[in-house]
Amino acid sequence: MEKQALIAKLKTIVEPYIQDEDAFKSLSENTDFVKDLKINSANLVDVILDVEDVFDIRIENVDMEKMLSVKAAMDIVNEKLAAK
Amino acid sequence: MKHRVVITGMGVVAPNGVGLSEFTNAIKKGVSGITYHQNLKDLDFSCCIGGVPQVSEEKRLHYFTPLQLRGFNSSGILYGCIAGIDAWKDAGFPFDSESELDYNSGTIFGTGTSGIEKFREAIYKIDTKQVKRLGSTAVLQTMASGVSAFLGGMLGLGNQVTTNSSACTTGTEAIILGFDRIQSGKAKRMLVGSCSDDGPYIWGGFDAMRVMTYKHNETPKQGSRPMSATADGFVPGSGAGALVLESLESALERKATIYAEVLGGALNSGGQRGEGTMTAPNEEAVVGCIKKAIENSGISADAIDTINGHLTATSKDSLEIKNWTKALHRKGVDFPYINSLKGMVGHCLTAAGSIESVATVLQLKEQFIFPNINCEDVLPEISSLISEEKIPKKLVETKVTIAIKASFGFGDVNGCVIFKTYLA
Repeated sequence: MEKQALIAKLKTIVEPYIQDEDAFKSLSENTDFVKDLKINSANLVDVILDVEDVFDIRIENVDMEKMLSVKAAMDIVNEKLAAK
Repeated sequence: MKHRVVITGMGVVAPNGVGLSEFTNAIKKGVSGITYHQNLKDLDFSCCIGGVPQVSEEKRLHYFTPLQLRGFNSSGILYGCIAGIDAWKDAGFPFDSESELDYNSGTIFGTGTSGIEKFREAIYKIDTKQVKRLGSTAVLQTMASGVSAFLGGMLGLGNQVTTNSSACTTGTEAIILGFDRIQSGKAKRMLVGSCSDDGPYIWGGFDAMRVMTYKHNETPKQGSRPMSATADGFVPGSGAGALVLESLESALERKATIYAEVLGGALNSGGQRGEGTMTAPNEEAVVGCIKKAIENSGISADAIDTINGHLTATSKDSLEIKNWTKALHRKGVDFPYINSLKGMVGHCLTAAGSIESVATVLQLKEQFIFPNINCEDVLPEISSLISEEKIPKKLVETKVTIAIKASFGFGDVNGCVIFKTYLA
């Protein structure tokens, strides 16, 4: 998927969970879900469920552990989409 | 030193009124909150009526963040948080996620089952091998202490934060537990109360036991008939009630509005011995609990102006009246006024004790006795014990100084608490 379009989609997905508006506004590939967006760690599983629904993919436990930033999420989504 | 305990804030989410002013107005007028529920009919329930508080989507957003409402499906926590936050604000404290942590304030907020709809959702997912799809919200909404955990975080409570559970005694028990904690100096303020989920998954078991009325599906507002000769079972209800209990010193220091004083109370159990069973009360224990509450409050039974009974509209109502006459040594015209809120809201189960206590305290604050509805035909076994004029069917505006409230629950458990008007 095209990079900017993917970032835009991820941005919509994480919006309900973020607790740092400024970091959210300037969200980029390098944004960290917990450190920058201050997403409650318990909500990370909800972000992943929403990613699964939006892209119609399934994310396994090992991938889940890695999915802590926009970049990591993009890599995993692209990999799963390619494998479809 | 024993601290005196007063009530400085209240909140209520009841089938006939959400918020103190709406609720006060409703109980004075005898407004029923019982309605027909097609979903119960569709599920082949015998009793298709019940009391469900009306909370709009918009109102939820005044209490919960959009994030908290994602995947939210727990009516009890919804009602409990609204009542609890309202009580806290009514007492003059902030509702602000940035408010300072207060180690002198805690909560004891009871429930029976938490988030039963959420639990159902989770079970369906698990059974279809979708455990991974539960998300983060299942535990928080289905743990029994969900309501106190939500409230603790919303209000920044740093003292004890817990949930009690003792069937239909729960709400009254929470008040007494919070009272004890302040009286002994372990806390300055305790938000106490209780809530109950609504709907078929909570009420189904009672329907199966045939303890709910099935004769009023066409006349829901007449369905809940405490003390009536034509009562034939309770009507299920739900909601939440909350009270801020505070040491008198703290309340005076803050110049808080004082609704009433909690003089004392008692909790006991009949141990399912004698005539006591899992579902029937041991009479000696009921009488003992009421007597102990009077003793602990340092008053005489003659000083009691009004009783708010448990009185569910089952065959146990006349037994309850008999127990009151024994415990107070008062009968006939000498008996205090007595009323049951259940005629208007049904039996709100674990929320009953707290919603009914809020109603009782409002009577002291505003000097009235709310009417009993649906008991124009008082049960002869009751009118042979107490004068009918003591069972008001219309609003009575009169001097009320001391009110006693009792709740009894499955498991043969009893709770009784005594409130008094506070004069500065």
